[in-house]
Amino acid sequence: MEVFPRTSSRRLDKAVETFMVWVLRAGGWASVLVTFGIVITLVTESWPFFREVPLIRLFQDTMWTPLFAQPQYGIGALLAGTLVTTGVALLVAIPLGTILAIYLSEFADPKFRDWVKPMLELLSAVPTVVYGYFALLSLTPILQKIFPDLPQFSMLSAGLMMGVMIVPYVTSLGEDAMRSVPMLLREGAFALGDGKLGVGLRVVFPGAFSGLAAAYVLAISRAVGETMIVAIAAGLQPKMTMNPLDSAATVTAFIVQVSLGDLPHGSIGYQSIFAAGAALFLMTLGFNLAGHALRRRFHRAT
Amino acid sequence: MQPEPLRTLQEGRARRRRAIDSNFRRLGFFLTLSTLGILAILMLNLAMNGLARIDWQFMSSFPSRRAGEAGILSAWVGTLLLMLVTASAAIPFGVAAGIYLEEYAPKNRWTAFVEINIANLAGVPSILYGLMALGLFVYQFRFGQSLLSGGLALGCLVLPIVIVATRESLRTIPSGIREAAFALGATRWQAVWHHLLPYSTGGIATGVILAMSRAIGESAPLITIGALTFIAFLPPAPLISHAPFVSVDWLFSPFTALPIQMFNWVSRPGEEFQSNAAAAGLILMVITLSMNAAAILLRRRAQRNITW
Amino acid sequence: MSLSPENARQAIPESDASESKDLPKVQIRGVNFFYGSHQVLRNVSMDVPALKVTALIGPSGCGKTTLLRCLNRMHDLYPGNRYEGSIQVQPDGTDILGSGVDPIQVRMRFGMVFQKPNPFPKSIYENVAYGLRLQGMNRRRELDERVEKALREAALWEEVKSRLHQMAHNLSGGQQQRLCIARAVATDPDVVLFDEPTSALDPIATSKIEELIVELKKRVTVMIVTHNLQQAGRISDMTAFMYLGELIEFGETNRMFTNPAKPQTEDYISGRFG
Ligand SMILES: Nc1ncnc2c1ncn2[C@@H]1O[C@H](COP(=O)(O)OP(=O)(O)O)[C@@H](O)[C@H]1O
Ligand SMILES: [Mg+2]
Repeated sequence: MEVFPRTSSRRLDKAVETFMVWVLRAGGWASVLVTFGIVITLVTESWPFFREVPLIRLFQDTMWTPLFAQPQYGIGALLAGTLVTTGVALLVAIPLGTILAIYLSEFADPKFRDWVKPMLELLSAVPTVVYGYFALLSLTPILQKIFPDLPQFSMLSAGLMMGVMIVPYVTSLGEDAMRSVPMLLREGAFALGDGKLGVGLRVVFPGAFSGLAAAYVLAISRAVGETMIVAIAAGLQPKMTMNPLDSAATVTAFIVQVSLGDLPHGSIGYQSIFAAGAALFLMTLGFNLAGHALRRRFHRAT
Repeated sequence: MQPEPLRTLQEGRARRRRAIDSNFRRLGFFLTLSTLGILAILMLNLAMNGLARIDWQFMSSFPSRRAGEAGILSAWVGTLLLMLVTASAAIPFGVAAGIYLEEYAPKNRWTAFVEINIANLAGVPSILYGLMALGLFVYQFRFGQSLLSGGLALGCLVLPIVIVATRESLRTIPSGIREAAFALGATRWQAVWHHLLPYSTGGIATGVILAMSRAIGESAPLITIGALTFIAFLPPAPLISHAPFVSVDWLFSPFTALPIQMFNWVSRPGEEFQSNAAAAGLILMVITLSMNAAAILLRRRAQRNITW
Repeated sequence: MSLSPENARQAIPESDASESKDLPKVQIRGVNFFYGSHQVLRNVSMDVPALKVTALIGPSGCGKTTLLRCLNRMHDLYPGNRYEGSIQVQPDGTDILGSGVDPIQVRMRFGMVFQKPNPFPKSIYENVAYGLRLQGMNRRRELDERVEKALREAALWEEVKSRLHQMAHNLSGGQQQRLCIARAVATDPDVVLFDEPTSALDPIATSKIEELIVELKKRVTVMIVTHNLQQAGRISDMTAFMYLGELIEFGETNRMFTNPAKPQTEDYISGRFG
């Protein structure tokens, strides 16, 4: 009886297996190294800044002018810009995104939905510099017809544009969450004679809430970290103001503004953008982790 | 038989619910179309302001102080070369990490940490990748404000997209396929290489296209490493006429790219620069939107071709 | 001791097959199995005779699949699983649970057919050839011969010979399962393990596969898990009845079905539980 070599290549196979495990594991490490790279760079490069500037001044000062001869370090001025633009964006994205999610998951024809959802996702694929261009050159002039005093750069315009950019995140994640609510729960409410919107609001919305909350939280993280739209349309001057009709720099816009100039390694300007970056990292880290946890909780529940 | 008043009450309620539902349906439909309309308006606006500007001169000229003579030659060449670096960094590491996490990783604390890390990384603002690149690649590794620094920054930025796409696409393969391969005596790597990778190429390719389209439109990280400068030259060619015929000098060349060229023009006063910006934006939009459309079609086809 | 299938083959020349029929092929001794801390098999011992069909029956969840998957070390693929005891494969006597035994070589000696047909999304030809390629066979002519032989053994050759290079997924469910059988027998394994191979199939496809299994035992030892008592009665020579992870009774099928020794076996066979 003819026997073919069952075992001849086993040693080679084993060697390849061992080698590949290392190669693949290296890929996993790469992702961790990127995080370490970000954290370590932010910490080491902003270290001199935090050594020079007592933490208390970050909250006491009312202006953010680290590059002036008499520097002020009130990071509140940057945070205010971030807060207002993010707030405006969320006022657009959360209601609109949620309505679209309910509509697509509970009302729309499945064929229409399968066609529309990727189209909507294109909105978040638009390069943000294009949004910035549109906000500054088209949206702001329109808004100036409504608010005649609106300056050329305004947090309102940038925030609205950012809201449009974020809608697909809310809709897409939210719709996924709502659709994974079991049909059985809906049928229970329908059997009692409730309408579709009633079922959507009273059964599906609460059932998908942690999934939706994850979508909202991730949307906040996007808005906080968005850079180009605000750098182009909201202005680059830090200003302690909560008025969306005003112009003000966000944390991200400040980094852009400093980067645009000459930036010698080790200068106070150089250090200050890493300090701003560290603040940004901490904020988004919180939202990202919360979003991740909510999503995991939702997936475990359904 | 129900008493008359209750029945009319019920009928009234039911009628109201139907009315609410059909109103909401109309609202939802209207808002969906309006939201999509924004995309159309964006395209139209760019086309109206920029289409006339796109010609051979625009594609083949360097930036210039005079708007009418300016072009995007160094910008699109820069974008192309950047993507080369980004893809070569993000694809191998991203696919490897995806395979590792989905097929190999033991369920322990370290793996849980890596997963949370990736979820967070996907949400880290792009400008922070720029800060990392500035501190690490530009100064620590002394790559300078080069294509290499910029490409690596974008590579790190899209790494999570590639990882997640790889994992999701591996996850759609039923475990029966893995078991069939193992039962015939395949090693894990043989199962991956002979089966799992070939059956998930559609999904992985979709993810890679989306990742590249994201990278093409990014400007913040590039601005942070200091790429917003006046670049009126091309990087050295990667192919040269004498042995060894390839050169890596271009990796260390300063560069500009389409989105930062556009940003530069947006921030200048004057209609003429703004139509340059619109033209660059139109090109960017066409590239990113068609990449996204390609990704959608690819995903649809991959889903249709293999039904488990 | 290392596995050497070459020796195994020389030790049982084909002409002697009829005389070796009552030799045990697989000797299971005191096997305990744990998913993590959850013990699923308790002290299972049995001698699976060579070149016969041995059926594993018992109520759902009693550990039939778990026992079957011990034989080709499939449990090694998932973390936290633990075996105790020994499983010796004759004639060489290798303990396949022993440390130092390569699970992959064990799997090359034990073919497996699963509950749901799971052909690779490749051509019919490549499905059958895959196991051969894994074992180092690359010559086209040899592969062609082996693939044809395996497909004939799986009674599929006539139906697919004109479309060997078409996708396996275009076949019907029953054909797919026969393809999986061809894939499992192509490498001449010593034992083929079937885990409820017909539970996803219609009656006609089922009876084809049953015929096939009876044919197969001329050449290989067969173990089959089935929840279908009639099926066990139709095709098996030996039957093992398991209950709550223990082997309750093991003997010739005819005797087990007509005259079970244990009351639990009788209850199960007469349909009083399970
Ligand atoms: N992967 C697993 N992890 C933990 N327990 C399992 C696993 N697979 C099966 N079990 C448990 O082991 C027992 C036996 O399962 P199984 O061998 O599949 O039974 P059968 O095939 O006889 O229906 C069942 O109680 C089942 O819940
Ligand atoms: Mg079973």
